[in-house]
Amino acid sequence: MDDLYRELIIDRYQNPRFSGTLDPHTHSYEDDNPVCGDHIRIDLRVDDKDIVTEAKFTGEGCSISQASADLLMEKITGMPVAEVRALAKQDILDLLGIELGPVRLKCALLSLKVLKGGVYGLDEVMSLDELAES
Amino acid sequence: MAETHTMDIKRIRADFPVLDVEVKPGVKLVYLDSGATSQKPVQVIERMNQYYRAENANIHRGVHKLAEQATEDYEGARGKVAKFINAAKAKEIVFTRNATEAVNLVAFTWGRANLQAGDVVVLTEMEHHANLVPWQMLAAERGIRLEFIPVTEEGVLDMSALPGLMELKPKLVSFTAMSNVLGTITPIAEIVKAAHAAGALAMVDGAQSVPHLPTDVRALDIDFLVFSSHKMLGPTGLGVLYGKEALLEAMPPFMGGGDMIKRVKLREFSTAGVPHKFEAGTPAIAEVIGLGAAVDYLNEIGMEAIAAHDRELTAYALERLEEVPGVWIFGPGIEHKSSNASFTLKGAHPHDVAEILNRHGVATRAGHHCAMPVHEKFSVPATTRASFYLYNTKEEIDTLVEALYQVKEIFK
Ligand SMILES: Cc1ncc(COP(=O)(O)O)c(C=O)c1O
Repeated sequence: MDDLYRELIIDRYQNPRFSGTLDPHTHSYEDDNPVCGDHIRIDLRVDDKDIVTEAKFTGEGCSISQASADLLMEKITGMPVAEVRALAKQDILDLLGIELGPVRLKCALLSLKVLKGGVYGLDEVMSLDELAES
Repeated sequence: MAETHTMDIKRIRADFPVLDVEVKPGVKLVYLDSGATSQKPVQVIERMNQYYRAENANIHRGVHKLAEQATEDYEGARGKVAKFINAAKAKEIVFTRNATEAVNLVAFTWGRANLQAGDVVVLTEMEHHANLVPWQMLAAERGIRLEFIPVTEEGVLDMSALPGLMELKPKLVSFTAMSNVLGTITPIAEIVKAAHAAGALAMVDGAQSVPHLPTDVRALDIDFLVFSSHKMLGPTGLGVLYGKEALLEAMPPFMGGGDMIKRVKLREFSTAGVPHKFEAGTPAIAEVIGLGAAVDYLNEIGMEAIAAHDRELTAYALERLEEVPGVWIFGPGIEHKSSNASFTLKGAHPHDVAEILNRHGVATRAGHHCAMPVHEKFSVPATTRASFYLYNTKEEIDTLVEALYQVKEIFK
C-alpha cells in the first residue's frame, strides 16, 4: 500500500480523536495555509503548572493536514508548555512516519504552526516556509 | 471564420514533446492542466530557440541587420495577434507580462484617469482574482463602488440582474468570457451591448476563452480584451491587452522609461504613440515571436476545430465523471461550458485526489484556482480541476476516471 496514504493517516483523517473546540480554553488560535486554503483552529487548556491538560482542533483540509493535527493534539496532551514550544518539524514527521515533498510538508506543518501561534502569541509565529526550513 | 479542418490528434500530439514524458518509469504523463498553462509545440519552442541562436538583438533601437530583423519579427507577431482576434489595427495590441498585468494596466491608467469616488464598476461573481483584486485596490484607493453580476446555482451568470445593475450607470463592465473554475461561457455580446447602452465600457477577461474559442473583438464590439500567451501554446512572461485605438490613445502611460517616450528632457517627457506608450523598457522579444508562432499553429489547426474538439472532450468528461459515485461536478452542463471540469469527490480532499491522480500520471490542479469567491459561493474551499486542450484524448479522460476509482479505493 501507498506510503503517503498509510492506514494511520487515512484512519486519523476519517476518524479524528481530538476534533472539536474547548469552551472555556486558555489558548485558541487559528490560521490558514494560503497556498491551498487549508484551515486549522486549535484550542488548549493549560493548567497553572503550565501543562497542557486538553487539546482539540477543528479544520478543513487534506488528509495530511488533518491527520497530523490529530496526532499532534494527542502528543501534546499532558505535555509541559516548555516542551510544546520545543516541538519542531521532525516531531511531526515522526508522528506521521512518512517522508514528504515540499508541498505536502506544508500541509503537515500547518497544525504545528497554529499550535506555536497559540502558545507563543502572535508576534513570534514562524511562517510555514520558516517552519519547513527548520 | 470558416475552417473546416478536422483534427489529426496523433499528428498534433507528436508536436508536443512533453506528452512523451514519463512521470515515473512506465507511467506516461496525462496532462489535464491546460487551464493553468498549456503545453508548447516544437514549432513554438524552435522558433524561440532560433531567435536566440541566430537572431538575438534588441528592437526599435538599432540599425544593424539583426536589430532590424528582430524589430520586424516582433512587430510582425503583433500583427498576427491582432488578426487572430480580428482587431482593426496591430497598434491596438499591447504586450504585457501576462493577463493579470493587462488588467492592472487598464485599472491603473484608464481607471485612474476616468473613475472617481462613487463610480460603479460591474464585475461578476465568477471572476479570477486577476479581474477582481485590481478593482478592489482601486476601490480602496479611490472609493469606486464594485457591483457583481450574480452566479446562479447552475453556475451561469444571472442575466436577469443585468438591467438593474445597468441602471446604476456603471463606467465599466469587466467580466470573464470563460470561467476557469466552472468552464462557463458567458454571453459576451449581450453583456457588451447592455454595457454600451448604459454608457459603460466593456472589458473581457479572455484568459480562458481566447485559447479555446474563436474571438472577434470587432463583431462583439469589445473595448478591452486581456489574455495570456502561456495558455494558448505560447511562452510564459507574456500577456496581451487589446484596446480600441481611441481608448488607448486617450489613456495615460503605465510605466515610465525607455521605448514609451517621444522626447525626454531633464524635467519632462512626452509619450510615444500607441502601443509603445504602454511598453516601457525592453519587452519579452523572444516570447512575442514565440507567441506569433503559437498563433500560426492555432490558425493552421483552426480555432473552430479546436473549439469543437475541446467541447467534445468536455462533454465526454462530464459524462464519464457523472458515472463515478460521490463525484460532484461544478458548473453548468455542456450547453454552457467548455474546456474544463471541476469536481469534488466525497470523502477525499481535492489535494489528496490530485496527489493520487498524479501517481497515475494524471496532472490536474487542486485548490481554489485563484477564484476564491466562486468557491465560497458553492460552499467548498477547493475543487479538483481537469482541463482539456487540443492535444487531449478521450483515452486520457478514461485514465482520469480509472484513477479516480483508485482514489475511492484508498478513501473508502
Ligand atoms: C479566467 C482567468 N483570468 C485571468 C487569469 C490570469 O492569467 P495570468 O496568471 O497568466 O495573468 C487566468 C489564469 O489563471 C484565468 O484563468
